[in-house]
Amino acid sequence: MPAYTEEVSRKSKILQALEDQNTSFSINDPLENELVLNMGPQHPATHGVLRLLLRLDGETVIACVPELGYLHRGYEKLAENCTYHEFIPHTDRLDYLSPLSNNTAYVLAVEKLLGIEAPPRCQYIRVIISELARVSSHLLWLGTLAMDVGALTVFMWTFREREKLYDIFEHLTGARFTTSFTRIGGIANDMTPEVERMIWEYIDDFPENIAECEKLLNRNKIFVDRTDGVGVITPEQAISLGLSGPNLRACGVEHDLRRAAPYLVYDKLDFNIPVYEGGDVLARYYVRMGEMKESITIIRQALEKMPQGEIHALKPKKVLPRKERVYTKMEELIHDFMIVNFGVEPPVGEVYHAVEAPKGELGFYIYSHGEGYPWRMKIRSPSFVNLQSLPTMVMGAMISDVVAIIGSLDPVMGEADK
Amino acid sequence: MSNERVLEKLRQQFPDAIHESKEFRGELTIVVPKEKIVEVCRFLRDDSELRYDFLSDLCGIDMYTPVNRFGVIYNLFSLSTKHRLRLKTFTQEENPKVPTVTEVWPTANWHERETYDMFGIVFEGHPDLRRMYMPEEFEYHPLRKDFPLMGIPGSLTLPKKLE
Repeated sequence: MPAYTEEVSRKSKILQALEDQNTSFSINDPLENELVLNMGPQHPATHGVLRLLLRLDGETVIACVPELGYLHRGYEKLAENCTYHEFIPHTDRLDYLSPLSNNTAYVLAVEKLLGIEAPPRCQYIRVIISELARVSSHLLWLGTLAMDVGALTVFMWTFREREKLYDIFEHLTGARFTTSFTRIGGIANDMTPEVERMIWEYIDDFPENIAECEKLLNRNKIFVDRTDGVGVITPEQAISLGLSGPNLRACGVEHDLRRAAPYLVYDKLDFNIPVYEGGDVLARYYVRMGEMKESITIIRQALEKMPQGEIHALKPKKVLPRKERVYTKMEELIHDFMIVNFGVEPPVGEVYHAVEAPKGELGFYIYSHGEGYPWRMKIRSPSFVNLQSLPTMVMGAMISDVVAIIGSLDPVMGEADK
Repeated sequence: MSNERVLEKLRQQFPDAIHESKEFRGELTIVVPKEKIVEVCRFLRDDSELRYDFLSDLCGIDMYTPVNRFGVIYNLFSLSTKHRLRLKTFTQEENPKVPTVTEVWPTANWHERETYDMFGIVFEGHPDLRRMYMPEEFEYHPLRKDFPLMGIPGSLTLPKKLE
């Protein structure tokens, strides 16, 4: 039988290969050897495609080198070849857990460059969507952090809450995930009374729903043991490493761009900034839980104070006209043609505008040569900078702590790799 | 803290280092020669009145001009005065080199690696100047204006096709 002999010869070849190898080696004491462990890029705990090279002594991390670039799509190069309006959908794909927040941050930077301001109603709607995005992003972070340290139920519950938020986004923007909702000098659609009702319903139910999750975690011995005192970073280190957002406020530094450099209508709203002193994973948990509750109070005030009125700035040469007017009015047709074909053409100059995104300071630096395309656009993404402090945090921690620390930093690789 | 006060303090401290200063939309931009950049940065961080302790962002720019083609831009923020300031320095096309500011703000480490990766600007004295995003064997610097948007065919080594 030829098949049988073939198999035998194949097996003996493998055996032969094994015998040819020099398989003898010696270790004096296996515990005294250092081990290099490659974690990621396809590792469920690295939240995407983050790759870490860890040098281990036993189970203790003594060195860590993060490797980025597995999701690099060259958005900064793309931006130089897009008109300012064309780039809005790309901002969805940066931090894809809070696209509305990125949309807002980007158009605010362009509006600063153009020197225009959106009308009050639009600004209130932008505040509401930014805060909804923050809640949505923090809910996902909460679920994944709890799952990383072994509590699976919270993940299911936070995803149930996010589902309701996605329903709101779908009604408001027409898309659940990649919203592309803002426009330069305005927003795509006005908020309908039905969406307002949905948001009211959501924020009325929210405190109860988040309390359920807190009940599962706050006094959970396993959760607290795995997070308390893990991944500590001092305030001085955090500032020098450029940490921002909830991660910085968990070190006891009260820095929030909504308060430090108010944009939109945040200076007209009353809210607290949760600050905790620990600098560890548990402090980051408390800061984000506090932030979600503050976001809900911000949304409530914004809904109450939101005036009626126009949602587009009255700058016909800079702001895209509404579609029904493009089809019926000559002037609007001309403006639409010019803006779509040649871009909004801001003056020569450069601006940097940063907002407090859910992950931290999200900044856009735009250098304009006076053309419809930016000459250079730099995206200061919070996840990229926050990840830089990972080696400091994981020093001396165990491998299982590394998982919790990455989870607590809340990196999104779409943003870190751009 | 006002832009005028920052400029005045810098002029006092470094009378010949302020090449150019511009204000646009309320943001102050100061151009400094690259030989002085570390000194100016250290002064801005340590001065008791200015205290720019937070480096928000560092990035490169390709002006595509015959002289001073490449620039490095530092966006500073002060956590105590809440003031923003932008520093700029330029370098030539051949052998672009700028001293590193990692000793002033450790956060500059990854930003400078990214700038090196994207523009090929070498930061002298940087502790670990590797490419940030692109593979090590990649020969080009993609954010330079002479690098085509579609990429250069064959510039990235792909896995060989199985026979």
